[in-house]
Amino acid sequence: MAKRSVWSDNRFWQRSAAWVTGFASILLIWLTFDTIPQITMGTDADLKGGVTKRVPGPTVINYKITYEMDAKRMHEIPVIGDKELFFGRDDWSEEEAGALLHLGKLGSQAKNCMDCHTLLGNGAYYAPDLTKAWLDPAWGPEGSMQAMTGKSTKEEAMAEFLQHPSTYPTHARMMPDLGITAEEAKGLVAFLKHMSSIDTNGFPRNFGRMQGAVNGK
Amino acid sequence: MASSLTSESKKLATWYFTFAAIIFGAQLLFGLVAAIQYVVPGFLFELLDFSIARILHINALVVWMVFAMFGSVYWLLPDETGIETVGIGIAKLLYWIFVAAIVVVILVYLFIQVGPADQTTIWFITEGREYLEAPRWADIGIVVVALGFVFNLYATGMKGNRSGIVTVLMADMLAFAGLYLAGMGYTDNISMDQYWWWWVIHLWVEATWEVFVGAIAAYGLITMIGAHRKVVEMWLWIEVAMLFGSGILGIGHHYFWIGTPEYWWEIGALFSALEPLPLVAMFIHVLYDWGKMQGEQEAKGEAKSVITNKPAFTWFVLNAFGNFLGAGIWGFFHTLPQVNLYTHGTQFTSAHGHLAFFGAYATILIGMFYLAVQGKNGIKVMHATKKSIWATSMIVGGVVGMTIALTVAGYVQVLVSRAQMGATWAGFFDGQSGMWFAQGMDWRLVMGVITFLGFLILVVDLLSIGKNAKHER
Ligand code: HEC
Ligand code: HEM
Ligand code: HEM
Ligand SMILES: [Fe+2]
Repeated sequence: MAKRSVWSDNRFWQRSAAWVTGFASILLIWLTFDTIPQITMGTDADLKGGVTKRVPGPTVINYKITYEMDAKRMHEIPVIGDKELFFGRDDWSEEEAGALLHLGKLGSQAKNCMDCHTLLGNGAYYAPDLTKAWLDPAWGPEGSMQAMTGKSTKEEAMAEFLQHPSTYPTHARMMPDLGITAEEAKGLVAFLKHMSSIDTNGFPRNFGRMQGAVNGK
Repeated sequence: MASSLTSESKKLATWYFTFAAIIFGAQLLFGLVAAIQYVVPGFLFELLDFSIARILHINALVVWMVFAMFGSVYWLLPDETGIETVGIGIAKLLYWIFVAAIVVVILVYLFIQVGPADQTTIWFITEGREYLEAPRWADIGIVVVALGFVFNLYATGMKGNRSGIVTVLMADMLAFAGLYLAGMGYTDNISMDQYWWWWVIHLWVEATWEVFVGAIAAYGLITMIGAHRKVVEMWLWIEVAMLFGSGILGIGHHYFWIGTPEYWWEIGALFSALEPLPLVAMFIHVLYDWGKMQGEQEAKGEAKSVITNKPAFTWFVLNAFGNFLGAGIWGFFHTLPQVNLYTHGTQFTSAHGHLAFFGAYATILIGMFYLAVQGKNGIKVMHATKKSIWATSMIVGGVVGMTIALTVAGYVQVLVSRAQMGATWAGFFDGQSGMWFAQGMDWRLVMGVITFLGFLILVVDLLSIGKNAKHER
């Protein structure tokens, strides 16, 4: 038989495919082992001890969160500041805060938020990204939502809006009533506040720059 | 209709294709509802909201494609292995279970829509995670059906002649089914949630499904233009190496902003930037083989076309183009972190999503529908009809038109809502109200209607082309 080049040998390519695939899969699994601990939720002790976590624990709802330019990383990162009242308390225990977050995350799935909004930039493009919704100027004292809903805090205004969104429309494209109860709304607001504390490597960029309202205290 | 199919596996394949085509129609209808809601926001408000229309649109998309993929495998197995599919009785039973489960899931989406914030909703109504909204009971059903399918494939591949194509499919379909498990869990941690969610979505469409397309294209080249198996299968193995080599770690392009560490910027950018390469290779492969086989034929002094199924082969060639354009080019546009920081989660993503899913998968699966029509009617050489040509032109024109409209809209959104306004609520709506954006949404709807009309013609053609007298039998 004439000598054949390895380059036109199916066995050679079959083996190459198996090796390349195996190698890529192992690398992905190895990176996963590195990533998972880094995105595992922190604890209350981390927050009290000032340990920075990419995904802080649920008791982050007891603190003020801002989104500030980091000179070293050259993009914005969430900064966890002093204590702040959340629905009138700043002493939510790890269990209580965890239960609230659990309710909120489940609620976000049960009501399909992700099929109108993006969360962390993933989902649907019909409604605003919710990654940093907690920090949106519209909900702050300088925004219009507190006055519109007749509430005096951000969290109460958000909870009221979520229960009756089509009562407080700001655009022709409205959010529908999804049958969200008062308790579920509270959980959803905790979920949104928690999400705003996640270190997303600077996404979204320049959040609220035009209003200049997110940086600073 | 009298069928000239003797293989039970091929009969089952036609059932799969039929249900797939019906669900494809449903997909387009709900896409139209969602597209109308962009233009007329009050349309079906608090009756069938955007979220529900969208869930139905994209779940139907995934379902019809999975059905057509299963069907394709049942179709080619007897040809490749030389035997009847092992365990065909179970396969038929599982088919009906699958269909029933899908119908129930669709009815629940339509009429129940949302549930209270507890686990019963996750188990019985919706899981609320894009593409994977199907409630958990259905997840389990899907896993059972997929296991049955994988069993058929393995048992048949091991008993009959295990060709290169069958070997690739055996490895690929196992990974495809296994990956689904990564999307079934629940966690309170949204970053962790999305980490695993992408294992299903990305590792499906940019790894396992692409390899599936490589295998189907190989089968198509052998059956439709008589390409040499040895050459085709060598290409296939090269494609597998390139697709998995780039696609598996290319998942990093979804880990830029979800809370995951910064090193994913480099890994995602590097490997996903390589992802278009195998798509170029597949494109060249199809066109090269076609030219080569036609050349060999003409060298023998016969001017006749080598293609034994014109409409199917047209869709296979469109697949080569569409895969390269939609996934390769439109994907590459936004895959570097510097760009993705601004385009992430905009209409630009939607533009890519449409052209990629259509170009890479819808095309080749429609091609398989035509192959089945040919086989079922015992046709030797099948020609295109006027309807085939109209259907192809309108569907392709419509989807390309939608993609252009969405790309323009995405461009406005990136500039206004992202670069300038920084993605706030107010910034979002400033972008949405831009004139180019609004017109983009109008044109998407117009092009969507054209796509849907093309689909109707496609159905008529699939039902009637087999009886046309012009084919060689
Ligand atoms: C059917 C689509 C739809 C669904 C589902 C939906 N929303 Fe909305 N949402 C909207 C629209 C549209 C707006 C903009 C309303 C306006 O501007 O008047 C909005 C606005 C908002 C806002 C204010 C915008 C901002 O950036 O702060 C928040 C917060 C919000 N939604 C949260 C949620 C949550 C939480 C869920 C899930 C429980 C949810 N939405 C589900 C469509 C939806
Ligand atoms: C009648 C034609 C169609 C219309 C009107 C239509 C409309 C839509 C709309 C309005 C959305 C929601 C996007 C958003 O969240 O803003 C969507 C999403 C989507 N559609 Fe279509 N569509 C059509 C056909 C198709 C086809 C043929 C495919 C693929 C084969 C497809 C695949 C998708 C995908 C993958 C998404 C999710 C995109 C993403 O999340 O980025 N659609 N479509
Ligand atoms: C056939 C293959 C492909 C299909 C079907 C496909 C489909 C999709 C879809 C539907 C999305 C949106 C997901 C969502 O809803 O959030 C998406 C996102 C994305 N795709 Fe692809 N894709 C393919 C190949 C590629 C390739 C080859 C590349 C890169 C070269 C690529 C780059 C991306 C990127 C960067 C995103 C994220 C967009 C964002 O940040 O919003 N894709 N793809
Ligand atoms: Fe991807």
